[in-house]
Amino acid sequence: MVNSVLSIFKSPTMKFSVPFILKISVLWILLFLCPLELSNAVAVTQPTPANSYSLNIESQHANVAVASNFIKPMQQLKAQFEANTPHTIRVSYSSSGKLFAQIINGAPFDVFLSADQVKPDELIKRGKAKAHERFTYAQGTLILWSSKTSLVNNSPDVLYDNNFRKVALANPKFAPYGQAAVDVLNHLVLLEQTKSKWVMGESISQTYQFVATGNADIGFISFSQKPDYGSYWLIPEGFYKPIKQDAILLKNAEKNASALAFFQFLKSNEAKNIIQSYHYNVD
Amino acid sequence: MTIINSKSPNIVANLHASLRSGSQVFELEVTSIFPSTGITAILGESGSGKTTLLRCIAGLEKSVKGLLKIGETTWLDDKRCVPTCEREIGYVFQDARLFDHLNVYGNLQFAVKRSHETVKKVFFEEVVHALDIGHLMQHKPDQLSGGEKQRVAIARALLIKPKMLIMDEPLASLDNARKQDVLPYLAALQNMFNLPMLYVSHSTDEVCRLADHVILLHQGKVVIQGSINEVFSSAQLPHVYQRETSTIIKAKIIEKNERWHLVRAEFDGNMIWLQDHNQSIGRTVRLRIIASDVSLSLKDEKESTILNRLEGRIACIQMDSRGATALVTIDLMNTEIVAQVTRKSIDDLFLMVGMKIWTQIKSVAILG
Amino acid sequence: MGLTDSDINAIWLTIKLAFTVTIILLIIGTPIAIWLAKTKSWLRGPINAIVALPLVLPPTVLGFYLLIAMGPNGPIGQLTEQLGVGLLPFTFWGLVIGSLFYSLPFVVQPIQNAVEAIGQKPLEAAATLHSKPMDTFFHVIVPLAKPGFISAAILGFAHTVGEFGIVLMIGGNIPMETKVVSIQIYDQVEALEYAGAHRLSAIMLGFSFIALLLLYSFQKRGLASKFRIGR
Repeated sequence: MVNSVLSIFKSPTMKFSVPFILKISVLWILLFLCPLELSNAVAVTQPTPANSYSLNIESQHANVAVASNFIKPMQQLKAQFEANTPHTIRVSYSSSGKLFAQIINGAPFDVFLSADQVKPDELIKRGKAKAHERFTYAQGTLILWSSKTSLVNNSPDVLYDNNFRKVALANPKFAPYGQAAVDVLNHLVLLEQTKSKWVMGESISQTYQFVATGNADIGFISFSQKPDYGSYWLIPEGFYKPIKQDAILLKNAEKNASALAFFQFLKSNEAKNIIQSYHYNVD
Repeated sequence: MTIINSKSPNIVANLHASLRSGSQVFELEVTSIFPSTGITAILGESGSGKTTLLRCIAGLEKSVKGLLKIGETTWLDDKRCVPTCEREIGYVFQDARLFDHLNVYGNLQFAVKRSHETVKKVFFEEVVHALDIGHLMQHKPDQLSGGEKQRVAIARALLIKPKMLIMDEPLASLDNARKQDVLPYLAALQNMFNLPMLYVSHSTDEVCRLADHVILLHQGKVVIQGSINEVFSSAQLPHVYQRETSTIIKAKIIEKNERWHLVRAEFDGNMIWLQDHNQSIGRTVRLRIIASDVSLSLKDEKESTILNRLEGRIACIQMDSRGATALVTIDLMNTEIVAQVTRKSIDDLFLMVGMKIWTQIKSVAILG
Repeated sequence: MGLTDSDINAIWLTIKLAFTVTIILLIIGTPIAIWLAKTKSWLRGPINAIVALPLVLPPTVLGFYLLIAMGPNGPIGQLTEQLGVGLLPFTFWGLVIGSLFYSLPFVVQPIQNAVEAIGQKPLEAAATLHSKPMDTFFHVIVPLAKPGFISAAILGFAHTVGEFGIVLMIGGNIPMETKVVSIQIYDQVEALEYAGAHRLSAIMLGFSFIALLLLYSFQKRGLASKFRIGR
């Protein structure tokens, strides 16, 4: 493999000279170091608003880990939070499973917005967080969606009629929306019948990809992902166990003002409005 | 003795090729008709186009245009170019080019399996014996010496049963000792297998030893061509070869003189004394008499250390306009010999065409 | 060893995929490699670059565009539907096609390098020995380029075994069909089944190490034979 890679560089199409590679490497290293400098600069130049939570002029920032399905609402929440407070947060999006693995291996996250309740449970069990520092920040809504305009007519007919080649769902082994989809199919007594036509996405976003590209005719996705086109069935809440998404404050964040502030902000009405506007339920 | 080829067609080569190497272009322009009996040598300095010509004849150069006919078979004309694998040639490369993944036996069998006619076991053994490679069969190419590699390469080319054998400076990469090893094999090959041979060399010595017909190339063009004697005794030899001007003849050993360790040879009715190198009586040898070793006298100078003095008539005098010398062709009994003398001598002795003259041959090279 | 049925199925599927892809790549990659080694056409540069693309392109990018192209709205998908084959994503053969792209340079380049190293000389010698192109290929090029073919096979196989990004995008996680070992490990990590993930990962690591060990020991032997002292 090394030979293969090296041989590309030797091939006539890519004649790099050694000094050029050196320059590129130096540039790369600088680029990596820069962001740290840049974000500090940004933090300093932000105006101090009137209703600041903290008396410190120089505020810490918080690292927030967020499940990928929550990207859109989170972006708006961050903007709102940073506009109204002197705090800043840095957000990482990934699957809850990966984030979990990173956290228990020492990743410096302060707040974790999971897609389920299982991972927060596990973190508490492993002593990475305190039991009272968690709450349900959103409840997901499951829909059955197709990119084709008239395939799904707001009912499970398409499933009963077997009018599809493939149905996509997130992997129920670890994705809450996938588990919910299985719940629905069980409720409709269609689990065995449809199993041979399942395709499983590794995440809810991948599930969406399968349906959006037409490779799966229909799929179980989150209401917040639904685009303007296509057709869907808004699944009654009773058909599946509620998809409760829990947020948790991690142990090393206890002294972090920004983290605490953000955690509080999530519970505020302001935040709840934003979350609801993306078709999540909040109590 | 096995005869491969009983028909002896003429070879017609009107070839034009443009070869690009980096920014330089080499043009080859050759018009030649040469016999395919015996050995035809292509002689020239490095860069004169000898190898290019060979490769064109073999079909290894794709950019060649023109006409190439071997007797009745056309290998190249306006309409088509027969690919190398379909030309019935055996090619001995300068660097042998044995297949590294096969041992000597494997290399030979490679040829045997693809030969143009079936190779009988007898023939195989004849070739192996002729080139003395029997003891090398299990060796891999990287275990052979340069001379051994060349002999295997020659054997391999023979075993394809070609209609023509092409050799590209087969002795160039060998030192003198090795050259002396392989040269006799080459000379014998022609006799043994009766195969037309095209032989490229930059060594006039090799060419004189082996060739019957010569094509002399310079910068991609034919300067002079003809039988070996015609070419070497010609006054038209390029300046750089002028010292090589010679008469090449075949002579038969008729007598031995034990006392003086000499032998007497006869060519076309003329007698000549040679050093005794154990040649047997009745044997035919090829002799080379360098023109500058031949001097002329108006009468037979008996009181001289020069043994070989032959009487003849001046047939032709060609002056070298740029230099001090002239080439005189003397008619001996049934044959001709050339002598290189100074123009001054011609003037001093009033030499003229038709005059009776004595040639004194100082030394004769026996080419085997 | 404590492997579940699911693990074993994934391993078999992975081996099946790698074998299929390696054999197909050897068949289609060889003419490409030989053309690239021999051609003097101006196309050589661009085609070299295209063949090498999967080396630098993130597999997820490749996978994503394959997902679109093989889908009902994409050119490949429309072709397969017309041929009555259906759609390729989520099928074993879809993975094979994806892997053909992904592992192509790992098979083409070693063969190309080996053929280039042979050069013109042995081929000219073979031509003068009445050997036609196909014959020359099998009896001169292949034996002389053998180390290259073996490297290509080992690299192609090992690389396909390790494939993840493409399978992630177009696999659909179907057991016995598209659920290969790398996906199995990924799922175990996502589901917090770390013990299972450790087991399978250890096997993958062991396998990769042995494959590379084989490859390098083989190459060294090839070199050694060239330096054998002759007379």
